[in-house]
This record gives sequence, structure tokens and C-alpha cells, in this order.
Amino acid sequence: MSIFGKNARMINILTHLGAYFLMLRKAFTKPEKMKIFFKRLSVEIELIGVDSLALVSILSLFMGAVILIQSAYNFENPLIPAYAEGVATRDSMLLEFSPTIICLILVGKVGSSIASELGTMRVTEQIDALQIMGVNPVNHLVLPKIVAGVLIIPFLILASMTLGIFGGYLATLITDSVSTNKYIYGLQYGFVPYYIVYALTKTVVFAFILTSVSAYHGYNAKGGALEVGRSSTKAVVYSTIVIILFNLILTKLLLN
Amino acid sequence: MIEIGNISKVFGDRKIISEVSMYLETGKVNMVIGQSGAGKSVLLKCLVGLVETDGGEIWYDGRNFTDMDYEQKKELRKEIGMLFQGGALFDSLTVEENVAFPLEMFTNMSKSERLDRANFCLKRVNLPNSNKLFPDEISGGMKKRVAIARAIAMNPKYLFCDEPNSGLDPQTSIVIDNLIREITLEYNMTTVVISHDMNSVMEISDNIFFIFSGQKWWEGKRNDLLKADNKELCDFVYASTFMKEFKDFRK
Repeated sequence: MSIFGKNARMINILTHLGAYFLMLRKAFTKPEKMKIFFKRLSVEIELIGVDSLALVSILSLFMGAVILIQSAYNFENPLIPAYAEGVATRDSMLLEFSPTIICLILVGKVGSSIASELGTMRVTEQIDALQIMGVNPVNHLVLPKIVAGVLIIPFLILASMTLGIFGGYLATLITDSVSTNKYIYGLQYGFVPYYIVYALTKTVVFAFILTSVSAYHGYNAKGGALEVGRSSTKAVVYSTIVIILFNLILTKLLLN
Repeated sequence: MIEIGNISKVFGDRKIISEVSMYLETGKVNMVIGQSGAGKSVLLKCLVGLVETDGGEIWYDGRNFTDMDYEQKKELRKEIGMLFQGGALFDSLTVEENVAFPLEMFTNMSKSERLDRANFCLKRVNLPNSNKLFPDEISGGMKKRVAIARAIAMNPKYLFCDEPNSGLDPQTSIVIDNLIREITLEYNMTTVVISHDMNSVMEISDNIFFIFSGQKWWEGKRNDLLKADNKELCDFVYASTFMKEFKDFRK
């Protein structure tokens, strides 16, 4: 790639970054009417949180069980204590699976839905209609989604942690890979409460990224149905990349 | 009254609008006509501030719109009603909620007052029994009427219509045209209609502005249009066989 090509790509990235922060600045203004804001917030909490609960529950339950069985399969060394599977399941769920992997799954479900909703509103001129009425469309449409995501996704993650650990417990009952008592002992062994703080801090940041990056791509969709699809894909791809990047940064900062 | 002074708009290296000036009268239907791609819709978007102009001025009853900041524009926009090509109704709201939306956003009316006003507007556009339907449950013509009802809910001083007849059958088109004209007179609004439908032009226009290649090529009244000898205008007006026959008949 020529130096000009690299420059053009860098300029493009900086332009999008600038537009993203300008959108956030418009979003974080005082809503026209708090009553309408709270009405929209409750709708978004239902769409982002309540409607994702079933998916998160099923995934976490099965993943907890799988982590336990895989740990038992790998920890066959007599030097490794029998309760290590419980520790591994707990820490895997708390540190990585629930906050990061569930948020990445939510990018696919919630992020694409936010991008396609806003993209459709853009191409059918509904956003223009709001602007003509004198409504700040970013504040009206995007802010409730970001606030709802930041408020409700941590609860989904707490539910995921609990269900994942419960999934491991069920696996001890169904399979004979680990004894239930050893698993429960392992869950309690060397528990660091700070892991919950770490996981929830990551979750809040990821929730903000997944809602705002998806909203940015949807809000700036141009053209027709094809572009709405593209904006939805871009929302998922970029949210995923940014979340993975921040996962590394936050892990380094918080667990150093 | 809206005055436009030498406004221009450039996209990349393409000049879409080139120093257009107009005087849009209050209580009249001001029609902007021209071929597809002539720059009519961009002109309309410049007028309402959806697209920033690259030069010139727009005055709304003595208020310079081009010099206003975001908040001032937001205030002025409360006096503007707009009818979009596809209606631009909010999918998640019922017909009644769509009409009541600006009232809920900008007034302190109670819910019953808002619904009364929404029902009044819906009756005004001859849609009395569709309140609880969603936009995807109504026809294209009904959507346009709901959009007009929403546009007039706040008693606007200015009404902008972007191709109000696109996608409608001739009978429904006439209903929408007449509604726009009646409402303009009833509320004494400054109405701007973008169209390339000659039926609409002949039905409801008071002032006509012909845009060609981003420039104002011609302006005049309905009767002047048929006498005009401007080549580009004549090519546009008499493009259809019907209009050609009409011209021959007049001769």
C-alpha cells in the first residue's frame, strides 16, 4: 500500500472517530422532556435486557457445564486437587466468559438490532422528520439505548455468572466427572471478590461500546436496504474489534 | 414569507444548486418544479436546514436562518411542518401517536388534550377511523394524509412538501393536492411543494419556479407557464403526449 493509501485510511479512521465523538456529544445533552426519555428508556431496557435474558441464560448454563467437563478432562493429573474444576469454572465464568463472551454475543443480537433500527429510520427519513420537528434525534434515539445498555447489561452478566456456575453444578449431578461436594468446595476456594468488580467494570465499558458504536453505524447509514444491512454488519464488526481491544486494555489496567 | 438569496450547494466537485434566489409568498402554494436530479430536493433540504448551504441566505419572515445557531434553528423548526416523500411516519407509533408526537414533545398539553388535537387533525385530513392503526397497516395515500395531519398538528407557519404525489394514483393525488391547497389557505401558511407532476402544478400552484441544472431557469404563475417560450421549460412541461396534445389543442 502506498503512503497516500495509508494516509487516506488514517484520515478515514480519524474522520469516523471524530464523527463518533460528535454524535456522543449530541447524545449526552439534556432530553427535551424527561418523561419521554424515561418512557423510551423503559422500552429500550426491555428490548436490550429482558429480551436477551433467555439467550444469555441458555448460553451461560451450557457453557458452565462444558467448562466443568473440559476442566475435569484436562485435570487428570493426581497432583491437581479434585476441587480445581470448581475453581476453573468459577474463574472462567467470572473473569472472561460472562463479561466478555456474553457481551460479544450481545453485539450480534443487540448491536445489529440497534444499527438496523436506526439505519431503517435514517433511510426512510424518520430521523429527518424528527430533526425538522426541532427534536435532537441523537439525544432522542441514541441516549436511551446507551443508558439502557449500561444499566441493564451488568444485570445480564450477573445472571450469566450465576447460571454458568449453576450449569457446572448440574454437570456434576448429571455426569460423574467431578463430585458435587468437591465442586462446591472449589467454588468457595480462594475466591477473590475483586473479580466481580473487575467483571462489572468491563461490562459497563463493553455495554457502552456495543450500544454507541452500533448506534453510530445505524445513525449514519445512507442509501437503501442494502446500506442498512451493511451498517448492521459494520456495527457488529467494529463493536467486536473495539470490545476485544478494550478487553486487553482493561485487563492490563485492572488486574496488573 | 421566505426569501432565498443566491443560495448554492456543492457536493464534491458537482455544483448541485447554483445561486438560486426566490421569494416564497405566505398563503400561497409555491411550487418548485424540474426534472429528476435538477436539485429540487437538495434545495428543499437546504431550506429546512437538513443540508448546509455553501453560500447565500435564507430568511424566514425577516429571520436569517443561515446565521442561526443550532438552538435558534431548533426553535424555528417548531414553526415548520414537512411532508416527506414516503410520509416518514414513526413505525413504532400508531397513527394517533404519530400525530400527537410533536404535541407531546413540545407542549404541556394533557394526554386527552393531545389526543383531541390529533383527532381533530386526522378528521381534517379525512381520516377519522384509523387512529389505532400502525403505519404498515395503512395505504400510501393514507400515510401521506397522516403525515399532513402530523405536519399541521403544531399550527405551523411554513409547510414543505417533497413530492407529495409520488407513488399515488391520480385520484388520490388530487385529494392530497387539494388538501395541501385548502390547508395553506386555512392556516395562511407559506407552502413550498417540490414536484414534477404537471397535474399538481396545474391544480394547486400559485407561484411556479422551474429549476434546471441547479439554477432557477424560470418563474411565474400558472397561466404564464402555458405561454412560456423557454425551451427547457417547454421540454419539461410538454414531455408527455397528453400535454403535447393539449398544447396543440390550445393552438
